[in-house]
Amino acid sequence: MDSSHSHAHSASHSDLHNDPHGAHVSGEEHTHPTWSTYWKVALILTLITAVEVWVYYVPAIVASRMFVPGLLVMSAVKFAIVVLFYMHIKYDHKLFRALFVGPLIIAMLTLLALMFLFGHLSFGHVGPVVPLGH
Amino acid sequence: MSATSHYTSTGLDNRKIAIWAFIGSECMLFASLISTYLVYKGRSITGPFPHEVWKDPSTGHVFKPILNIPVTSMSTFVLLMSSLAMVLALAAVQNKHVPKRTLGDKILGSSKLWLFMTALLGATFLGFQAFEFTSFVHEGLTIKTNLFGSSFFTLTGFHGAHVTAGVIWLLTLLMIDFKRGLTPDDALNVDIAALYWHFVDVVWIAIFTLVYLIR
Repeated sequence: MDSSHSHAHSASHSDLHNDPHGAHVSGEEHTHPTWSTYWKVALILTLITAVEVWVYYVPAIVASRMFVPGLLVMSAVKFAIVVLFYMHIKYDHKLFRALFVGPLIIAMLTLLALMFLFGHLSFGHVGPVVPLGH
Repeated sequence: MSATSHYTSTGLDNRKIAIWAFIGSECMLFASLISTYLVYKGRSITGPFPHEVWKDPSTGHVFKPILNIPVTSMSTFVLLMSSLAMVLALAAVQNKHVPKRTLGDKILGSSKLWLFMTALLGATFLGFQAFEFTSFVHEGLTIKTNLFGSSFFTLTGFHGAHVTAGVIWLLTLLMIDFKRGLTPDDALNVDIAALYWHFVDVVWIAIFTLVYLIR
């Protein structure tokens, strides 16, 4: 059984009740993922998680400069895959995208600003981390 | 449950706009908690520490690194699979009226099965978290022990509370499904629950990397 369907919406009020995604724009084409896409996404998420954990146990990789960036990239890919395919933001209205991505950008900028402010990140010399109170 | 939606100037369902706005605000909540954890990372004066061995100078007791990566990897896998079960539950509700001819179709099209599986996997994740918290306390790390303990328990505790709320929400939907059956008219209600559940999952994806894997 394939749940894949593609339909052009006509923006009538009655349709709004049956629109499972609540995104309803005249003439907008919506294509939703198939069940096989959902299973493939789950497999990819599992594989990336397995690689993340494997990397954690390889001392040579842990010691390398690529350890932290590599983990961050893999995590970001997993995050994006879930948001795009499971939260179907890829297929939804742009307002929903804005409501999620806007605060996410603010949140990430705040996080980065705090990391710089407290000396965990630096543009130049990175000093030793000093315990608070010393 | 299947409350009718009102016409809005955007042409979008107001409940869907509300859940996305809520998820956006939750992004900032969890960013503040994660920031707090990262800011205090490596600044604890006393152990136990997440990735390092610590010898208590007063007692001479040696504390091994407290994070249990194999257990947390399992719980991460469980939560990821719960997201798969959730999308299958939503697809099953959306396609309720599509005839199911084979056993495979019937299994894939059972919203009760997938809602139950999602709630069960969520509860399993909470079980892992309860085990982790209990073992940490037994090993000498509480919310009052050091900066790591305070920020760690606050961050993961908040996430666990969100998972608990999600499991209750899913069980409510499951109860409705057993009582009167969920139909495609209820798809938006299930979709909103699914969005919340996937958000809880993506937050854990970030926590797993930032707290558990990065040393």
